[in-house]
Amino acid sequence: MSAATVTRSTRASRIAMVLGLLGLVVLAAAPWWAGRADMRLMGEIYLYLSLACLWNLMAGYAGLVSVGQQAYVGFGGYMLFALTVFAGLHPVVAILLGALLAAAISVPVAVLIFRLKGAYFAIGTWVVAEVFRLSFAQIQALGGGSGSSLPVAVVKELGAKKAAREATSYWLALGAAVVVLLAVYLFLRSRRGLALTAIRDSEVAASGLGIDIWRTKLEVYVVTSAFTAIIGGLIFLQKLRISPDAAFSVNDWTAFVIFIVVIGGIGTLEGPIIGTLLFFALREVLADYGTIYLMVLGLVAIVVMLKAPKGVWGLIRDRYDLELFPLSYRVRQKD
Amino acid sequence: MIEWTGVIVQGVLLGGLYALFAAGLSLIFGVMRLVNIAHGDLIILAAYMGLTTTVMLGVHPFLALLIVMPVMAGLGYVLQRGILNQTLGDDILPPLLVTFGLSVIIQNALLETYTADPRKLDGGGIEVASIDLGGLAIGVLPLMTFLIAVAVIAGLQFVFYRTALGRGFRAVSDNQDIAQLMGLNKAHVFGLAMALALAVVAIAGILLGMRTSFDPAIGGGRLIFGFEAVIIGGLGNLWGTLAGGVILGVAQTIGAKIDPGFQILAGHIAFLIVLAVRPNGLFPRVDH
Amino acid sequence: MPELLELSGLDAHYGDFQALYGLDMTVREGEVIAIIGANGAGKTTLMRSISGLLKNRSEDVRYKGQPIGALRADQVAELGIALVPEGRQLFPSLSVEENLLIGGKVGREGHWSLRAVYDLFPILEERKRQASTSLSGGQQQMVAIGRALMANPDLILFDEISLGLAPVVIRQIYDALPGIVGQGMTAMIVEQDITKALSVSSRVYCLQEGRISLEGATGEVSHEDITAAYFGMDT
Repeated sequence: MSAATVTRSTRASRIAMVLGLLGLVVLAAAPWWAGRADMRLMGEIYLYLSLACLWNLMAGYAGLVSVGQQAYVGFGGYMLFALTVFAGLHPVVAILLGALLAAAISVPVAVLIFRLKGAYFAIGTWVVAEVFRLSFAQIQALGGGSGSSLPVAVVKELGAKKAAREATSYWLALGAAVVVLLAVYLFLRSRRGLALTAIRDSEVAASGLGIDIWRTKLEVYVVTSAFTAIIGGLIFLQKLRISPDAAFSVNDWTAFVIFIVVIGGIGTLEGPIIGTLLFFALREVLADYGTIYLMVLGLVAIVVMLKAPKGVWGLIRDRYDLELFPLSYRVRQKD
Repeated sequence: MIEWTGVIVQGVLLGGLYALFAAGLSLIFGVMRLVNIAHGDLIILAAYMGLTTTVMLGVHPFLALLIVMPVMAGLGYVLQRGILNQTLGDDILPPLLVTFGLSVIIQNALLETYTADPRKLDGGGIEVASIDLGGLAIGVLPLMTFLIAVAVIAGLQFVFYRTALGRGFRAVSDNQDIAQLMGLNKAHVFGLAMALALAVVAIAGILLGMRTSFDPAIGGGRLIFGFEAVIIGGLGNLWGTLAGGVILGVAQTIGAKIDPGFQILAGHIAFLIVLAVRPNGLFPRVDH
Repeated sequence: MPELLELSGLDAHYGDFQALYGLDMTVREGEVIAIIGANGAGKTTLMRSISGLLKNRSEDVRYKGQPIGALRADQVAELGIALVPEGRQLFPSLSVEENLLIGGKVGREGHWSLRAVYDLFPILEERKRQASTSLSGGQQQMVAIGRALMANPDLILFDEISLGLAPVVIRQIYDALPGIVGQGMTAMIVEQDITKALSVSSRVYCLQEGRISLEGATGEVSHEDITAAYFGMDT
């Protein structure tokens, strides 16, 4: 008699894990094999990947569609500058402390904007981001509207030589991406993640099961905000210069991220990865065309949303029944 | 004292413009529960259309409305039937993300066509003219803007509650299936609603363009002002939208009076206060 | 009498679930057809299929010889089919009179007008400015019927018009029916209350689990036949 077992992992997911670990080792060694420009590009890719994963957790799983995540990107960036310059903290410590502050500030923000539903919530998050931008523009000590640069002394704390600094910065970005991916993955596998999936599938049924929807969404919002602030800190650690318009740019930190997730496949873990790769590939090809590139991106996102709402990964998954990050349970026959 | 009265009067008049930003947004949400993220960019598009019309034909911006309004209305109908109708349903993501994509496309198309240089519509003498009201100088253009806003909202109110078209809007909003049984094709009704909304957007765009300079990037900000006016006033109430616009306008002029950098921030803060104290807005619609 | 409506092999689906299986049905001009059957037998699905709320194969439903199975509900309405939906479903943001006016939106010529509806149900004229939701259940049903009549349809479908109403109100509404079908209108009446349905109809179809289990002239089917067809028991 054959027994059936319930499992989450599949052969594809185990292969993916092994390949992923190998790939990670290769990527971690990049300072020894990659050029400066490539490392810079890869660092940027990791940070966008992280932002995409976080936005996807909110929009694709918790139903919190935000167009205001730039609020926390910019906040994290500004905290890096403020805490290193005024409190003399090490940049990494400043970024982590910035994340805690972002989490703290996101609670009252959530209490306010959770009163708005659906699309109005989205615009509400945008208003909050604008409030952040205009407020930081008022702080003269941080350069007001024109912004400021990170002092050389602070930069040197990451390494005395330029190559060492760039390697550190690269590893921080890679580490952040790994942590974010793992955190989102483990979160979705946890009891809370299941609650989230239940909410996504049906809010009414979920509340019938005793899930506190408001609280679950709040947790996701706060955690996402903190991580987003970390990524923001790392972004501006790479740029070394900050200004309100750059820090709170809706195009850079939200529009691109949304396109990445939508094109890759919203509500899946693999989607943001594929989306990020596609986004950067498209950017490398069309970068010279500037505005046209953005129009193409917008058009692709619209077409994907209308014709293949689960994105590129959705198409692949439907075709080959693949799951690289095993979230669903499968019943397996044992011989 | 008279100084502050002036500030408040300016704010009220500015509120008229914001009410015009908001009216279309409110109408669309009321009829089909759609929030159009590209709304602000469409306002700017209308302003640029006004620019091209005035430059090419050498006419006053008000006359340009005769062209811009029907073109925008037509665009609205086509947009709704061609794209937006496909996004409507229980899931809020498709309309949100599709209109977000539209917003980016419009912005960059304007950038490609008109560059990022700020432009302005030439309203002629009306821009500097003012009436003296007991020592208080009131600009003719802001006053006209406000009166136009009142007229537009009264007009929308009339259409909504006194005409067969408005009956259709309300019926489809109530129950799409049953409205369809009455011979109302909802795809067409939604198209008409978007056409009407973009006709109002055309008016808003032209008035905005005469009042201040504009560039392709400022659409998002106009969407936010319109949205704030809608929420402050209370969803589903057109006159409330006017009140919301006025409150936003007054908050902004008071903020600007304290410090020019506070203008926009003060408006946002007023909005957040209303959201904290009266989450349903000041004048929510009372259903029968 | 010429055939007004003809169903041939009508299948209806909600997603993967099939609700109707190969229905054949003929309705001639001027007939009043009763459709009876237990809960879930497919009566409402049948109404939704004919009125266009549910899309089917085009050829499955023919009206005046024209295939209409795949048309949208508004197109079907223009052709002269009106539905009084189950649960009345008035438009809450419209007043009583506006509900009636929107029924006349298709603009077909005929006997029915605001005046004629008010003559049929005088209470509605007194309440015409009120919100439709402020009326009693029976009065709301009158609005729903009046709204369908305003379209001057050639075929009117009644879906469970007595559901949830007091017996005295039901009698009132059924008393008004001859005044409606007397104008030459063809009608299909879906009812749980078999006696009521049979009392006004000339022919009856009984549905059971998505199939026709009985068909005949009202006077000719026996009580036993109906019981058997209704519950699916062999007698």
